[in-house]
Amino acid sequence: MGRLYAVEIVYRGIFQKTLAKNISRAIVLAAHKEGKPGISFGRYGDSPERNGIPAKAFAIVATDDITLEEGMAKYEPQEVDVSICVDDTLFKGVESWAWYGLQPINKLVKPGGTLIVTSVESPEVLAEMAHRKAAPYNMAIIKGTPSFSGLWVYKDDHSDVRILGAIAKVLPELFSLASVQETIRDEWHDELKATSAQRSFERLQTYTVQPTQGNPEEPYKFTMPKWTEMREGIAIPGIPMGHKMADPITGKEGGYRPERNPTFKKWATRTMRPVVDFDKCIKCTLCWLACPDSVFDVTPEGLYDANMEACCGCGVCEAVCPEPQCITMVNETAFPDNAGQWDAWRKDHDGYEKWVKEKIADRPERSHGFRFRGQYEEQVPDMLQIARQG
Amino acid sequence: MAEAIVPHQEFKKPQAAKGDETSLITGSEAIAVACKLADVDVITAYAIRPYDTVMQYIAKLVANGELDCEYIVAEGEHSQFEIVKHASACGARVFCGSSGVGWMYAMEALTVTPALRIPMVAMVGNRALDDPGAFGVEHNDALAVRDLGWQLVWVDSAQEALDVALMAYKVAEDRRVFLPLAISCDGAFLTHSQGIVKIPSREKVDSFLPRYNRGDLLLHPDNPISVAPQANEDWLMEIRRQTAAAMERSPTVIREAYKDFARIFGRDYGNPFFEEYMTDDADVVLVGMGTLSTPVKVTIRQMREEGKKVGFVRVRWFRPFAAEELAKSLGRFKAVGVIDRDFSLGSPFHSGVLANEVRSALYPAANRPPVLGFICGLGGREVTVPDVRKMSEKVYEAAAGKSQPLTQWIGLRE
Repeated sequence: MGRLYAVEIVYRGIFQKTLAKNISRAIVLAAHKEGKPGISFGRYGDSPERNGIPAKAFAIVATDDITLEEGMAKYEPQEVDVSICVDDTLFKGVESWAWYGLQPINKLVKPGGTLIVTSVESPEVLAEMAHRKAAPYNMAIIKGTPSFSGLWVYKDDHSDVRILGAIAKVLPELFSLASVQETIRDEWHDELKATSAQRSFERLQTYTVQPTQGNPEEPYKFTMPKWTEMREGIAIPGIPMGHKMADPITGKEGGYRPERNPTFKKWATRTMRPVVDFDKCIKCTLCWLACPDSVFDVTPEGLYDANMEACCGCGVCEAVCPEPQCITMVNETAFPDNAGQWDAWRKDHDGYEKWVKEKIADRPERSHGFRFRGQYEEQVPDMLQIARQG
Repeated sequence: MAEAIVPHQEFKKPQAAKGDETSLITGSEAIAVACKLADVDVITAYAIRPYDTVMQYIAKLVANGELDCEYIVAEGEHSQFEIVKHASACGARVFCGSSGVGWMYAMEALTVTPALRIPMVAMVGNRALDDPGAFGVEHNDALAVRDLGWQLVWVDSAQEALDVALMAYKVAEDRRVFLPLAISCDGAFLTHSQGIVKIPSREKVDSFLPRYNRGDLLLHPDNPISVAPQANEDWLMEIRRQTAAAMERSPTVIREAYKDFARIFGRDYGNPFFEEYMTDDADVVLVGMGTLSTPVKVTIRQMREEGKKVGFVRVRWFRPFAAEELAKSLGRFKAVGVIDRDFSLGSPFHSGVLANEVRSALYPAANRPPVLGFICGLGGREVTVPDVRKMSEKVYEAAAGKSQPLTQWIGLRE
């Protein structure tokens, strides 16, 4: 048996589908330049044609064909040498269409393996966002906001080649920088991109994440029923009616909180979330009406509290809200948990006001989505500047 | 023609007959009468020969005030089968049907019905698939769904059509089964030929056939469920296994239904799955489905006068297929000839569908007589007495050990 290499790319559906494919293809092609056979594939069950859905692509490479076949016998690898996360909002965990429950972002990283992430956050913040892992692993940050390359967009900010340069650095046995650069010239015909890969290779810094770092929570799990336990006729019970809410201070009951899907939570589906300033709310009901996922709980006093179990972060509520800065979408990396906002507001009014101001200050950076024509023309030069600096 | 529609409020329940009536009706009309007796709630229709005779007879029953049902003429077969699928999910007893390419046009709806456990009862007026456009019988239309979870039964007389239609509701709507069921009637030979049929009273039918109870699968606001959500590889095998288990339970339920039927109506079909004719002392047998039974039986009687002991096994239920029982029966003979009124191009030995099912059933059996496949009577061509005689002689030759092609086309100009 020769040596088997596995790399996974964790990305978001549609917007990053081509980005992930480009990276996994280039890995295989660069390794092939050194005589190693390999395959590249996107996991089919993810249905990555869905907007923002967490998904994975893989590159499997081996020193010989027989070893490669050993790796291919299992569709999805159980552990990887390198895990690449092209969207740091996925650091809190991955909820795919291909499985039920939340998978830690570092789940497949081998002990001593490396997790490469595109982010503007510090290594400390990122390490805490990820779940704890029993063995130490390495983390390398490609500085930048999430790149997009999908069905409709191509934000050519060199994230792809910077990641490839980083792989050559952290796993030189897989391929050398020279092979990566050769592949880039073949595939993209762009010398500047080859230079970006080199800069990334030369300046990459890695951090060791210890077992004491990270989110200690047990990730949400779901046990699949046996065929004899499932209701026949592909029938699933409807979500039952909801119930009143209780005020955490007065105990007064009222309002309405709908029951929600007990097995599919939308924690990782979301790239941003609504922050609600309850003091600005005029109770117009528009967010509650427009929300496609029945996210808003109606509080006893008739306010609307966004429930983070159900929110997929689409931003419709912000768009329909007539009050300035009443609902503001904020990048998901700014939040450590899924706690309710109304609860915090009732318990500590002034503290909450301060928290809201902090979160929405300067109309926070929102990395996701294509919002206006010319957006990438504005963003790409900044990203290239970062790339040049390394 | 609005005036032809009977207003709902003017409907009067017909007076139930005291005993059996006798009537000269076609196989299609017999099915329509069964719909009336079973008090079907929702019927969808779209015209195509030869199935359209059923929709005409049912329309007449509705217009005459003899049947109170929703009668919906859809804009095509796909909608026709989708409408009854949904009505059945809501607890309605349903009926529909089609023929040939019409049945194929409904294929997507036919495919989704078994997994949803919809006890739809359909009539297939067997018809050749286009091209060329032809009206005559071939069994490939109904057989196209043979792997999908549809129960498939072939009948050979108007009386059997009526009786099996009543039993079809009892079997399909049994909670242990809840699978769709298609009754195949050979185009022209059964759908357009009248025979004397005993029509049982409504009281007898009521005592035989319980109401359709969809239980916890009922699509109703009081039972909030979602049906058929998107599912991935984590669920599909379990769902398929459930549907397979329902089909595995079906033979028991079919046996019970035939037994109850014999008790209440006094007509005993014996073994529900296949009929045996003059097999007790037979050297060789022919096997086939549908109305070719008549020329086969006549030929057998003629040949027996000449001392040739030929028998006949008419397969009724194709799905579920009574493999073990059939293999046990066929193991008694020196050779078997299977007459297919269908084709399965490129299949093993280029045989018809039934011949290869029979071969497959025999494989694990202790006694495996040689099996010849015959393709005969396609596109509504008659299966003649000389054809049957020719096939019988070939089976005799096979019994004597004479080597010959495993599939032969009979009644072909060559």
